[in-house]
Amino acid sequence: MAHWLAMGGYAIYVWPAYAVFLAVLAWDWFAPALRRRRITRELRGRLARERTRNARTERAEAST
Amino acid sequence: MSRSYLPHWMHWLGSPPNFYRFAGTLRPWLMALALASAAIGLYGGLVLAPPDYQQGDAYRIIFIHVPSAWMSLFIYATMAVAGLIALVWRVKLAEVIAMECAPTGAAFTFITLATGSLWGKPMWGTWWTWDARLTSELVLLFLYLGVIGLCNAFEDRRRGARAASLLALVGIVNLPIVHYSVQWWNTLHQGTTVDFLDPARSSIAAPMLWPLLVMALATHLYFFASILGRARTGLLSLESGKQWVRTLVDGQPAPTMEAPT
Repeated sequence: MAHWLAMGGYAIYVWPAYAVFLAVLAWDWFAPALRRRRITRELRGRLARERTRNARTERAEAST
Repeated sequence: MSRSYLPHWMHWLGSPPNFYRFAGTLRPWLMALALASAAIGLYGGLVLAPPDYQQGDAYRIIFIHVPSAWMSLFIYATMAVAGLIALVWRVKLAEVIAMECAPTGAAFTFITLATGSLWGKPMWGTWWTWDARLTSELVLLFLYLGVIGLCNAFEDRRRGARAASLLALVGIVNLPIVHYSVQWWNTLHQGTTVDFLDPARSSIAAPMLWPLLVMALATHLYFFASILGRARTGLLSLESGKQWVRTLVDGQPAPTMEAPT
């Protein structure tokens, strides 16, 4: 195992290369999920506000 | 818009709510296949393949460097084709796909440059050199970043996507330059390792070749899974005023859709 990890003396080049590969792709995979959560949250808020506003106008109209 | 000559399933899939659902179903399977093939490819490349007689174990960077470099070109071509469709037919889905290709393409181009640098240091004694292959790959990264920047520079996102699609199309000239740079110029970068058109010219042994090809398969599958997810998010944001998106985020049942006939 230690022999394998040493990569024939090139460990300081081989493992960082694989780390960059994994880290950048992890970013690529998770960034849209975060963006998606934000979009959904904003939209949900907008819809909720719309509903309250509609309910208020309805009540105002009913009382006149 | 005369799109009647398109097969019916393409028409069906071009509709954002249909694509959203279809992509959501397909994506986990593609990612599972990508992870499985990456596990096989990495085991073959890092454990089974013998050390190189000249480069020792440093050459093992090839199993991520070369597939990433192929992806950087493949994703650019995909982006340009989607961009062309977006410009000619103004298909919303094509605009979204073209623009969502750019971050993943930039990611693979960055990986190519970074892993190449980590490979260059022990082999050439330098992290970077203004060699034709390296320089044209750096230009590719700037093209991706230019597409992202131009798209975001417009108030109207659909206009931004079309302007950036035009830039993507112009940038296609860089693809053959990247590909042939090691033949056209005498460079520090090593020549072609795998020649698909003329396999006899490939300079790699079978125990090293198969993990490389499996990793190439894995990165392609990953890209397909990634672009489906990105396109879904892009559509959600672009269509946020539409009824199907409202129904979707409100947690109510999705609107019924016409099945393809």
